[in-house]
Parts: sequence; structure tokens; C-alpha cells
Amino acid sequence: MSDARLKRVALAIGAPALALIIAFAITSLVLILAGDSVIGVWQQILSVPDVRGVTNILNAATVYYLSAVSVAIGFRMNLFNIGVDGQYRIASFVAAIVAGEAWLPGYLNTLLALVAAVLVGALWAGIAGLLRVTRGVSEVISTIMLNAIATAIVAYLLRKAAVDAEGSNITATKDIPEGSWIPGFSLGSDAPNDVYGFIVVAVVVGFVYWLVINRTRFGFDLRASGASESAAIASGIDVKRMVLVSMLLSGAVAGLVGMPILFGDAHNYGSTFQSGLGFAGIAIALLGRNHPVGIALGALLFAFLDEQANPLQILLDVSPDIVKITQGVIVLTVVIAYEVVRRYGVRLEQSLVASALADDDTDDKGAEVKV
Amino acid sequence: MRRMTKAAAVMSVAALVLASAGCAKKSTDSAESSSGGDECVAEDSSKKVGMAYDVGGRGDQSFNDAAAKGMDKAACELGFTTSESEAQDGESEAAREGRLTEFADAGFNPVIAVGFAYSASVAKVAEQYPEVNFAIIDDEFAVADNIANLVFAEEQGSFLVGAAAALKTESDHIGFVGGVETPLINKFEAGYAAGAEAVNPDIEIDVTYLTQPPDFSGFNDPAKGKTAAEGMYDGGADVVYQAAGGSGGGVFEAATAADARAIGVDSDQYLTADESVRDVIITSMLKRVDVAVDTYLSDVDGGDVPTGLTRYDLEADGVGYSTSGGQVDDVKTDLEDFKAKIIDGSIKVPTKP
Repeated sequence: MSDARLKRVALAIGAPALALIIAFAITSLVLILAGDSVIGVWQQILSVPDVRGVTNILNAATVYYLSAVSVAIGFRMNLFNIGVDGQYRIASFVAAIVAGEAWLPGYLNTLLALVAAVLVGALWAGIAGLLRVTRGVSEVISTIMLNAIATAIVAYLLRKAAVDAEGSNITATKDIPEGSWIPGFSLGSDAPNDVYGFIVVAVVVGFVYWLVINRTRFGFDLRASGASESAAIASGIDVKRMVLVSMLLSGAVAGLVGMPILFGDAHNYGSTFQSGLGFAGIAIALLGRNHPVGIALGALLFAFLDEQANPLQILLDVSPDIVKITQGVIVLTVVIAYEVVRRYGVRLEQSLVASALADDDTDDKGAEVKV
Repeated sequence: MRRMTKAAAVMSVAALVLASAGCAKKSTDSAESSSGGDECVAEDSSKKVGMAYDVGGRGDQSFNDAAAKGMDKAACELGFTTSESEAQDGESEAAREGRLTEFADAGFNPVIAVGFAYSASVAKVAEQYPEVNFAIIDDEFAVADNIANLVFAEEQGSFLVGAAAALKTESDHIGFVGGVETPLINKFEAGYAAGAEAVNPDIEIDVTYLTQPPDFSGFNDPAKGKTAAEGMYDGGADVVYQAAGGSGGGVFEAATAADARAIGVDSDQYLTADESVRDVIITSMLKRVDVAVDTYLSDVDGGDVPTGLTRYDLEADGVGYSTSGGQVDDVKTDLEDFKAKIIDGSIKVPTKP
């Protein structure tokens, strides 16, 4: 039995490794078909990044991580929150306005803006939660719609709120006063850029996520509702309430997604603010199997690939889109690998049970013979 | 839960693939453009110019292509070695900085950033690499001794095509299709409306923008452009001006279907658009990004590296209107008249609608 368990652990570790190797092979095939240098591309992608690169990877991973945790909260409850993208953009915009107005001094201002971002994110996701609970509207549909609405609202309000210098082509909100920025730290004296200080918050969010899901009554109810709604209802869980609450929590975390960028780098919200993070979060949550550590690894992997892709076009004349293909293939192969392993595990268990039963049978027969 | 995981996986992969498909044009031209034909001078590996494109990159038949054309010309005539890299939709500031840094690190000098999105990153990287020269197109706010700002008076050129539209319309009803509602495209709209109203103060002008930021797909979605233009032609407009980059092809298609007319943008689209729709293009607002890039590189090659603001307006022939196809020949005297008045300052063209 312990032998079989060992086998299963090996399979669990082997699955993502195998998936990565397959993804690697498929991407190489695409490169060959496109007539690019396979070895050159992998040499560049797998090279050791410099200090600037490592900083960029950590920063991008911080943002990806928050986005993926937000998606994962929904996944645990069997909710597909595609709306993280709209939630974080509208939350970032509101936070930028609040922080830019600077009603409070220094870090109180930062805190107020963060609270505003969390509330707005939760509220925006809560609309989808409320529609699902009261009207039975699928959150997949409503959150996609809310993404589009968020885009339109932010674009409209941004034009009202923007403080553009005459002749400027960039539309952005008022800059946040320097006293309210979240300072970063550098990875060495020669590093030209800083790691977001907000990375600490991301780690804390990850820990709280783990604690709440795995170590609280609420987390148990959430997982139970996600695993089987009817069983959850039968054991007295108010599933509707759980749907609403988990949507609110997912949105609250989504509200934090843009904050590292806002307080660590951009210092305002404008037309060049990074977009599309919510969709990357879905892929990373899948990759990380909704586990806080798995998500962190997935976020780092995606950030690493992104960073290493930038020089491809300049140095090798290969489109950086190849990295998008790699990322997509990794997600697919990982999901397939886990499914294959799960089925293999089930079959392993079945054959174990069968052989144990067969053993019992022969034992019984032996006993009978003796009698 | 498992079924959901699978659905989610398929969707997110689809999203990633779609994202890359949107800009899946591989740049194969950089080498060939500078590899030297019969007339090109030999490539000089010590003269390396790097170009960082905006979203869409080489092949967008519009803004980025104009910059590429300018670089290709300079590379051919002056022997520059070229390399290029294009932006991804919605990318981070770090990605833009990384792109410029990569060029600087690899010894490219000068480095040309195409589009105002690079404003902050050019300012930052130029400070870290004081020995490298940078040029940025469409932005005048990244200012340093090693930055040249190449900007255009789009509203002046748009004024002239607006006047042309008003002179050519038979229904006193014209339209404007903007790609993405940004201050830059607002300039096109403002000039166009002012030009049309200078001819006919009572003219009816339909205005629409395909998308709002941060959704920049409006610059690269012909289907959206077609739908918007169809609406205008159905509503009675008979000339539509598009400032929508890659979406403009859809406007031309709609014009062909409605047997109406359209106005191109950035380059002389009578010569570059698909042959089946050329006849509807009465003129194009020229924004000579190619001239700006070529001039900049020639100056760099001559040892006199430009810095600071250069405004390409009507006077400098940086903007204008095209006459290929001959459809505005009958109103050319009026247009030239407006042009002279803008240059001498007696007409001031607004930059905001």
C-alpha cells in the first residue's frame, strides 16, 4: 500500500514535469514549422536573467499571483469569475482617483485607496454574484458583460477626470503624491529597478487564502459547496450565501491586482495601464491547481517566460508571440496531464481494491477448506 | 469541478491564442529590407538602428508601417543595420522599458520608439543610457538631451480632407470613424470637423469611435470599421473619413458596397489599400511618419543628431493630402487656398473636438 502511495506522489510531481516537457516539444515543433532557430530560441528563453530581469519577473509574478488567487477563490466554489479583468481595472481607476486627490496625508492616503480598491472590486464582482443568486444568471455571462461595461465606464470617467498637459497624447489621472507611494526594494546596488513593496501583501494574501480555505469552517463550507451543491445543502450549508460571499471575496482580491503597479510604478491610471491581467490569472490558477504555492510557481513561470520573450525579436528576429503559444500549450498539457494521472490513480486504486478482495476470497476459501 | 476546469482551460488557451493571433505577423522584413538590393548601399554593422513599434507592428498598413518605410529607406540609402520589436496589446510598462533597454544594451544607436505609449519608458531609459540617442514619435513630453520628439500637426492635414469631404459631398452629410477614442485621434476629428465647417457651416457630421481605451482593438478590427461605416452610409452620409489604422479597410469595403466615398489616413491609401476598394478613396490625409524617421536617421548619419521637438506640419510637408486617383483635382484650388491660409496663420485649426 505504501508502495502505491509512493507511486501516486511520484505521479503528482511527474505530471507537471511531463506536461512542461511536452509543451517544450510542441513549441519546438511550431518553431521548426515557422523556420526559426529552435536552439537559439530556447537558449534565450532558458538563459539566466540579469538583475533587471529578475526584478521584472518578481514584479510581474506579484501581479499575476493576485489575479490568479482571485480566480482560484471562485474556482474552489465552482464559480468561473472571468470578470477579474474588469474588476481590477475599475478598482485601479477608483484607487488612482482617491489616491490622486490625497484627502489624507501619507500612508493613510494609500490605505484609503487600497480599501476603496477592495470595496470597488468586491462590489463589481458582487453584481454578478447577486444576479446569480437572485435570478440564476450564469456568472460566466454576467462577468464577461461586466468587463465590457467596466471598460466603457472607466473610459468615460477617465476623460472627465484626466489631467492632460496641452498637446499630450496620454490620458491619465492625477499623479499620486510621492508620500503615498509604496516603496520597493532593490536586489543589489547595481539594480536599475526596484521590486514592488506590494509583493509582501501578495504573500500575505496567499497565506490568508490558504488559511481560510483549509483551516476554517467557512473554507470547508466553500469547498463542500464547490464539490457538491446538493450534498452541501443537505448538510445545512446556505449555498446561495456562499456564492455571494465567495464572489465578493474574489472581487475584493481582484481589486488588489492593479495596486502594485499603481503604487509602485505608474503612480496614475491612464490609457497605457496594463490590461488583460484577469485572463492571465485564469490560466495561472489552472496551472497552480488553485493551490497557493502552485499558483505562485505558475505566476513565476508565466512572468519568467514573458520577461525572456522580450529580446527574442531584437536578437533573433523571432516573434515574441511564440511565448504566448508556449504559455497556452503549457496550460493545456498541464490540465491534460493531471486528468491522465487522475484516471491512472483511480484505476490503480480499483485494481488494488480488486486484488485485496481477491486475496480476501482466497483467504476465506482457505478457511473454509480448513473447516 | 473537473468539467469546469476543462472548460476554463479551453477558454484561457483560446484567449491566449486569440491574443497572439491578433498580432501574429512575424517580422521577416527587417533583414531583407536592409540586405541591400542593387541600389542599396552595403550594410554597415557599426551603424545599428533599433525600432520599437506600437501594437500592430510592421504590416499594419498604417502608422507603424509608415515608420518602417522611413527606416527601410534610410537603411537602404545610408547602410544602417536595423532591428525591430513590436509591442503587445495591454503590456506592462516594464515590457516597454525592457524593449528599449534591450536595444541599448545590444549596441543599437539610435533607438526609435513609435508611438506615445513609450513616453515614460523613453524618458527613463534615455536617462540610464545617456550615450544612446532616442527618438519618439507622437510625444513631446519625454524631454532630454538625447531624445528627439517627432510630432505631427494631424489636425491641419485633417482640416484639408474635411474641406475636401464637404466640397465633394452631395448630401451635405459626412462621417468620421476613429479607431480608439484617445486625444490623438480626437485631433483628427477636430481638424476634420473644422475643415468641413469652413466650407459649409451647416454640414452634418456623424462621429463614431470603434473602441475605448484600454481596448485598442479599434485600430485593428476591419469588421468593426465596416459596421460603423455602414451605419453612416445608411444614414445618408456619402463621404466617411477613417482614422482607424488597420480597421480602415472595413470602412473602404462599406463605401464600396454603398457606392459611396471614403477618405484614407496616414499614407496614400489609394496606392496601398486593396485594389477592389481603391476607387472609393477620394484622398488620404498624409501623416509623413516615414519622412520624419528618414530625416532623423539622415541627420544622425550626418553627425548632427537632432534633439528636442520637431513639429511636422503643413509648412514642413509633414502632413497633407494625397491626390492619387485624381478625384479631388476639381477642388484642388480650394484646398490649396485653405492650405496657404493655415500656413500663414489666418486659419487656426483646433486640436480638440
